[in-house]
Amino acid sequence: MTKIKSLADLRKLKDEVQSKIKLRENSDNPDHVVQIKVGMATCGIASGAKETMNSFIEELEQEAIDAVVSQTGCMGFCYAEPTVEVTLPNKEPVLFGHVHKEKVREIIDVYIKRGELIDGIIPINFKTIDD
Amino acid sequence: MTDYKMHLLICGGTGCKASESDVIKERLIQLIEDLNLDEEVQVVSTGCFGFCEKGPIVKVLPDNTFYTQVTPHDVLEIVEEHVVKGRPVKRLLYTDPKTEKHVSDSKGMEFYKKQIRIALKNCGFINPENIEEYIARDGYQALGKCLTELSRDEVIKEIKDSGLRGRGGGGFPTGLKWEITKNVENDQKYVVCNADEGDPGAFMDRSILEGDPHAVLEAMAICGYCIGADTGLVYIRAEYPLAIQRLKVAIKQAEEYGLIGNDIMGTGFNFRVELRYGAGAFVCGEETALIHSMEGLRGEPTFKPPFPSVSGYMGKPTNVNNVETFANVPVIINKGAKWFSSIGTEKSKGTKVFALAGKINNVGLIEVPMGTTLREVIYDIGGGIKGGKEFKSVQTGGPSGGCLTKKHLDIPIDYDNLIAAGSMMGSGGMIVMDEDDCMVSIAKFYLDFTLEESCGKCTPCRVGNKRLHEILDKITDGKGEMEDIEKLKELSVVIKDTALCGLGQTSPNPVLSTIANFEDEYLAHVQAGKCPAGQCKSLLRYDILEDLCTGCTLCFRNCPVGAITGERRQPHYIDQSLCIKCGACYEKCKFNAITLT
Amino acid sequence: MDTINLKIDNKPVVVKKGTTILEAASGIGIDIPTLCHMKLDDMNIENKPGGCRICVVEVNGRRNLAPACCTEANDGMEINTHTMRVINARRTVMELILSDHPFDCLICAKSGNCELQDMAHKLGIREIRYQGEQSTYREDTSPAIIRDVDKCIMCRRCETMCNEVQTVGVLSAINRGFQSVVSPAFEMNLDHSVCTYCGQCVAVCPTGALTEVDETGKVVRALSDPTKTVIVQTAPAVRAALGEEFGMEAGTLVTGKLVAALRRLGFDHVFDTDFAADLTIMEEGTELLSRLGRFLEGDKDVKLPILTSCCPAWVKFFEHQFPEMKDIPSTARSPQQMFGSIAKSYFADKLGVKREDMVVVSIMPCVAKKYECSRDEFKTNGNPDVDLVLTTRELASLIKLSNIDFKSLPNEDFDHPLGESTGAGVIFGTTGGVIEAAVRTAYEIHTKKDLPRLDFDELRGMEGIREATIDFNGLPIKIGIAHGLGNARKLLEDIQAGKSEFHAIEIMSCPGGCIGGGGQPYHHGNAEILRKRQMALYREDKNKTIRKSHKNPYILKLYEEFLGKPMSEKAHHLLHTEYFDRT
Repeated sequence: MTKIKSLADLRKLKDEVQSKIKLRENSDNPDHVVQIKVGMATCGIASGAKETMNSFIEELEQEAIDAVVSQTGCMGFCYAEPTVEVTLPNKEPVLFGHVHKEKVREIIDVYIKRGELIDGIIPINFKTIDD
Repeated sequence: MTDYKMHLLICGGTGCKASESDVIKERLIQLIEDLNLDEEVQVVSTGCFGFCEKGPIVKVLPDNTFYTQVTPHDVLEIVEEHVVKGRPVKRLLYTDPKTEKHVSDSKGMEFYKKQIRIALKNCGFINPENIEEYIARDGYQALGKCLTELSRDEVIKEIKDSGLRGRGGGGFPTGLKWEITKNVENDQKYVVCNADEGDPGAFMDRSILEGDPHAVLEAMAICGYCIGADTGLVYIRAEYPLAIQRLKVAIKQAEEYGLIGNDIMGTGFNFRVELRYGAGAFVCGEETALIHSMEGLRGEPTFKPPFPSVSGYMGKPTNVNNVETFANVPVIINKGAKWFSSIGTEKSKGTKVFALAGKINNVGLIEVPMGTTLREVIYDIGGGIKGGKEFKSVQTGGPSGGCLTKKHLDIPIDYDNLIAAGSMMGSGGMIVMDEDDCMVSIAKFYLDFTLEESCGKCTPCRVGNKRLHEILDKITDGKGEMEDIEKLKELSVVIKDTALCGLGQTSPNPVLSTIANFEDEYLAHVQAGKCPAGQCKSLLRYDILEDLCTGCTLCFRNCPVGAITGERRQPHYIDQSLCIKCGACYEKCKFNAITLT
Repeated sequence: MDTINLKIDNKPVVVKKGTTILEAASGIGIDIPTLCHMKLDDMNIENKPGGCRICVVEVNGRRNLAPACCTEANDGMEINTHTMRVINARRTVMELILSDHPFDCLICAKSGNCELQDMAHKLGIREIRYQGEQSTYREDTSPAIIRDVDKCIMCRRCETMCNEVQTVGVLSAINRGFQSVVSPAFEMNLDHSVCTYCGQCVAVCPTGALTEVDETGKVVRALSDPTKTVIVQTAPAVRAALGEEFGMEAGTLVTGKLVAALRRLGFDHVFDTDFAADLTIMEEGTELLSRLGRFLEGDKDVKLPILTSCCPAWVKFFEHQFPEMKDIPSTARSPQQMFGSIAKSYFADKLGVKREDMVVVSIMPCVAKKYECSRDEFKTNGNPDVDLVLTTRELASLIKLSNIDFKSLPNEDFDHPLGESTGAGVIFGTTGGVIEAAVRTAYEIHTKKDLPRLDFDELRGMEGIREATIDFNGLPIKIGIAHGLGNARKLLEDIQAGKSEFHAIEIMSCPGGCIGGGGQPYHHGNAEILRKRQMALYREDKNKTIRKSHKNPYILKLYEEFLGKPMSEKAHHLLHTEYFDRT
């Protein structure tokens, strides 16, 4: 608990604590931020999807990129786990396969930061009853 | 410490608490701990989400999954399936009644689509008992800005330009009230927050205080800065223990952080906040009665002028504003008067929180921009009438308001339009009625309330309301006469013209508006002795049709007062003088041999 | 801008800022009817809750009607006081009040004198269209005051008098809405509360909700009992006001006619309380000098100031509220009680009548006297010194129903030996009178010189608290005077705090003193009436040949034949009393 002695103090505190609810802010307006869904079903977890997710969270924070990283169920591409779906603001979602720690770095640097496509994209060619 | 990856928000409003949301929260916390996930998953209790019909609400972030009608038994599944495996529990998702599809994100729900949450912006989002969450959402920035960058007149101008009007029902321009109070010379002034929300069925202020108490505290401090007051008093009804507790926590935390109290943010401005409790009197929501109650006197209104701005609490200049009015202030300072005034209609800016209740599908708390039509509120947001029945009327403004009918459905909601239609905005209660509601009974119901709550000081309210009630009683009892309707109208007009305070001046409104809009129902009661909606028990009549009755004796055995006689296998008979119209026989008869007229 | 220009009923009016519509209208002769409103100008007493809604008027530009008594006049206002809308509203409001009021007029004590009755008549009410349930409460009887609050119309006048003027705090509004009524806390009986029976509530109540206990029936039965000797004493304040009940102007002295009337009613002996007032001065004056003497000699135990004790409401007030100071007031009984005591001993002996066969009736301006005579210390073997008390109002109705044409009665004199009084005795009835009478005697006894002047104007007047220093031949005696219990409280608090510099204080509970008592003809808020009554008493004093109590030959004879000297043992037993802690 810090006593706030000036408006500058308040602003500083706000910056510090903002990260605590950034998740909620971003979730509320996901269209403005990068959305990353990590497949966390059994095959995903077995393939190390948890590390993948943690990597994304840490790296994105380091790069100060506003993003919502959430886990999702099985997307069906068990052969390519860990799978990660990346949706940039105002763009269609893109699915990446075999996303290990190294690939995380690449996706961030090339696709997220520069918008350039890279290898390993899985084309989605099935429909669900929701479509 | 790394930030949480997943947030579980549980509604901690009174409504959901009553449905065990506390137990849900406890179990979630326990389970998360047991699974060693407490560093990754945060469990937070927030204020009211608004969709009370579907509570208890649990929201999972970051994927925005909105779970409805959660019970403690669902906790295991939510954690195992959704938290651990990422698979949302489909059966707990909201189903849109029209498309019959699941809607996982609340933004896709008709209930939320047309809402703009300004006063409720933090309700359902932050933990009201953690001041840092409020600070993270720009909390106390507005106060800081006012104290360091804006002069008192500049702040008042901003509030005036925003067009904010009193949300307690009066609709008086807030900025103007602050200006008037500022201009009265006195070394001691007070800011009072009216949290005595007394309208039956209204819980807007309660939800704001339970879900975002800091917004009110910040606004009171800003008001204190403008008018020159160092003391804020929150008059809160004792029937809101949760709101009281949240306020106490909020005040304590704000004081610890130096945001309320002495030398706020090092600017030298002092503002302290105290709580004062009501004691069960609706009339103490009237500002002069409220002030007298705080002074330790009998809670009776006194004549105005003098207005509280000039001579209020302890004879000092006092600015009294409603909870919701205050909740809008920090947002206005942060986002600007221009932004605020871009929402709403010409004379009514911003949004209004309504407590939607009655015979409607989506019962709960909503916040819509002024100008939204009643049709949109009832059919789009409210999801239409429960059970597919026919809409009859909507009452706005509580016991002070009037009943609006089908022909008013396309009126854009704002202060002046509602008054022109014969009702008023009031504090935001909105009760929807269908074909099964008897409008005469509704008028009597509201008069029951105002009769009970009248302070008794002035003749028209003390005796007049009693006489109105007696006449309505007569009518619903089937003993009304034609001249009774005339008497109701004449007496109502005089009561409105002569009563001392707002309670008496508006208590005849339900009577006058129901007579004006539903005269046929009154005539049916009086001339034909019938209640078209089937609600007035004295006018109901149960009869047994001889040719259909098989003499099974089921009705006879279920009658609680022994009003039915008959031999086995012989037609039975109901003695009307003993019948209490409970309807038990009607429910039990398997042969449709009992009629209800 | 300090003046306001407005129009009332199309007539232009100019008034000072802060004037109400009611006052502005009355200033140009427009009479707006009122019911709950009451103002006693000189005494800063105003009751305006704005609750009855009879005085409503139309104000241009205002959506609803405004109550004239509490709405301030504003510049440019246009007001209409008697449009049909206003009249309809007033009549409907009156119908509502009457619909919740018992139809007891035929047997109600206030019939003929009731402000509600008058207003209903004025507004021309012929039917009550809105009938229904009436709020009912139990009747509460005490020794002096009857509360029949079914008749209460919530005007709050009694509450204002009891709380703000008298600061006794017994009456206030309780319950809510239709069941609200003015009552002691928890609806307790008046005789269980700290009520002093000052009767100011009775004096201002516009209906029959608060009335005095009526003992006329008992007096009539006593007078018709041939085995009883019935004697009567009348207080000084009565003679200055009784005439008003018969249409005479306020302030007309009717002493002679009063005596004549009492004789025609059948009292065996008609005596004067003023005689006992002189007696009180003898005892109290001696007590004052004795205490003063000891104090000046340096006696640390003696208590000053000495407070007068002739007002029973005031006595009950300090027994409840300042019991720790009960050895400060004088131990002398009130004139009424001294009279009764002497009548049933000295006079009864002279007549050869047993005290049980003597009925002492007193005519008083006061309702507390009804309570006083019932106090146990004023009885001997259960037989009270004073049996019955009639208020001025009760006497007037008794005279009327006995078919006595009061106005044409001749002037008659009191009987002897208990009917002779001095001017000092007469002025007991007004605030400042008791202490002035005491000064006249104390001065001469102490200085053993004749008084240079008898009229002490510095002790006279209507202000709530007054003070003066009287030079007792080089010894300055500081006198304090208070009337109204609220003012008395202020002086008592000073004594409690050790700040009081007075040697003697006179206290009367009622505004103006006994002339404004709870049993006097109703003044309906007109303070001028009180002033005129006061002047009448000073007039009678001036016209008397003997104006000092210690010069009253019958008083001197009483001491010689019976009592010995002031503060003797017999005097102590018959004429002094003690007080009780009633907390």
